[in-house]
Amino acid sequence: MTTREDFREILRLVRPGSRVLDVGCGEGALLDLLGQEKQVDGRGLEISASGVAACMARGLSVVQGDADQDLDHFPDRTFDYAILSQTLQATRQPRHVLDELLRIADRAIVSFPNFGHWRVRWSLLSQGRMPETKALPMPWWSTPNIHLCTLVDFLALADDLGVRIDACAAFAGQGPARSIDPASPLENWRAESCLFMLSRTSPEPAGRAAREPPPVSGDLFDG
Amino acid sequence: MADVDLALCALSDGGTWRFPASEPLHLDSGGFIEGLEVAYQAYGQLNADKSNAVLICHALTGDQHVASPHPTTGKPGWWLRLVGPGKPLDPTRHFIICTNVVGGCMGSTGPASINPATGKPWGLSFPVITIADMVRAQAMLVKALGVETLFAVVGGSMGGMQVQQWAVDYPERLASAVIIASASRHSAQNIAFHEVGRQAIMADPDWRGGAYADHGTRPEKGLAVARMAAHITYLSEPALQRKFGRELQRDGLSWGFDADFQVESYLRHQGASFVDRFDANSYLYITRAMDYFDIAASHGGVLANAFTRARHMRFCVLSFTSDWLYPTAENRHIVRALTAAGCRVAFVEIESDKGHDAFLLDEPVMDSALTGFLGSVERDRGLA
Repeated sequence: MTTREDFREILRLVRPGSRVLDVGCGEGALLDLLGQEKQVDGRGLEISASGVAACMARGLSVVQGDADQDLDHFPDRTFDYAILSQTLQATRQPRHVLDELLRIADRAIVSFPNFGHWRVRWSLLSQGRMPETKALPMPWWSTPNIHLCTLVDFLALADDLGVRIDACAAFAGQGPARSIDPASPLENWRAESCLFMLSRTSPEPAGRAAREPPPVSGDLFDG
Repeated sequence: MADVDLALCALSDGGTWRFPASEPLHLDSGGFIEGLEVAYQAYGQLNADKSNAVLICHALTGDQHVASPHPTTGKPGWWLRLVGPGKPLDPTRHFIICTNVVGGCMGSTGPASINPATGKPWGLSFPVITIADMVRAQAMLVKALGVETLFAVVGGSMGGMQVQQWAVDYPERLASAVIIASASRHSAQNIAFHEVGRQAIMADPDWRGGAYADHGTRPEKGLAVARMAAHITYLSEPALQRKFGRELQRDGLSWGFDADFQVESYLRHQGASFVDRFDANSYLYITRAMDYFDIAASHGGVLANAFTRARHMRFCVLSFTSDWLYPTAENRHIVRALTAAGCRVAFVEIESDKGHDAFLLDEPVMDSALTGFLGSVERDRGLA
């Protein structure tokens, strides 16, 4: 998956003029895009000083901090969307982070590399070593990814947190996003990386409420 | 319009504003100051819709000469790095105001001013002032200059405290705020260092219970020691080590108590030159104001509560990695409170080994962050 495809999908999901928090916003490329194309009121959280400095030089409202600690300080429902792009697997407490995203925003847009992708499975099976793929290019001893999961793992966590899946897309190679039914067993093999849009089913946090069936076709973004 | 322009030209370099007795400065301590004088410098022109005014708040020993030579020392303005043509604050685009704080000694009413009731210098009969009092006086001056809304209020260290106070007390008059290397309240260590400085001044026999002006003396030794102790807190340990190490002034030791080490000589010079431009009682009053500063205390102990009226504002907070006077944790505390209050804030901890004084020095990341921040506030306001 190229970053551009990821961003393109997020751009499609986000409603114009909405309030957006980009967690792990890097140098602010996505926030800039969202500002230009969707006129969002964008804010960011970024752990690296150089990333934040670049964002500030672009005039973006970005705070240096990390998803594990700094989401806690935002009031409930500050944003329409909280975006966590390719970062969940690098957080110390992914469950808490996910919970917080859906406390401070009505919707969370989360993307992550799928550890269930066939290349990852094949790499581990054939070589017996930690997989190094295009989506997961770093060796085990230097990767920031400490909480990798598969698409199916993520579905289980979403179910456990009682959140609704409003949209789901998969990425593979350089191709564009493909809307998928995440419950289809094949997708856990095919998706190199996946992107979910989530919302709370009820105001009560972390209930075991029944998950509505995810939309499988049509406009994913009004779910 | 011609009248307005003429008036603005007259304002554009500064001076001392004397408020009539009918407009006293009301103080947090319960008292008031009649015939308040506020000394200020101004750079640039207020535009037609009065939307380009910026207030700069100075630090403990700073003054209003932010971008013009100091009248006593002749040294260039203290924040030329940020203020000037092509700089983040640009007099060709902004109307930039900087006032000397109340309690100071560069023209604003302070303990060295003449008490109109006695005809003698106030000395210790000057009322204890607070950061909020300083800000109240600034707000009076800004209004007197015909500025309803400030596009930005900017300050480092104690200046950053004033900026926070502005956001708490006058949010409706601000569009944005820049807080650099500051804190929302003093730690025990901050108060402790200030107390060392105050004790040094008061231990000087020439201090005369604060009435040195009446006796024709100056507690220069005490004030110099206060400055020396404080100056150490403005620098980082690595910067001090890199600059001086154990280098000697001359070949060999003196086997006495002269300034053998270069660092001693440097500190002595810092102390000696400081007394030429600063008043000892002002030092007592201003350090006290900083120690008393505690925004959360007057808002139910919750800092975020103080900023709930500032949600329309944009904030920029900067800290420096090697600043141990107002470390990143203190600045982050402000950032988290602003976030919790629902304010838009940008924050970065800048890598620097220059200690607290980094905010006055060459820090390209600070420049680019401020240029970006102020530029986007200008775009929001239709100024750019």
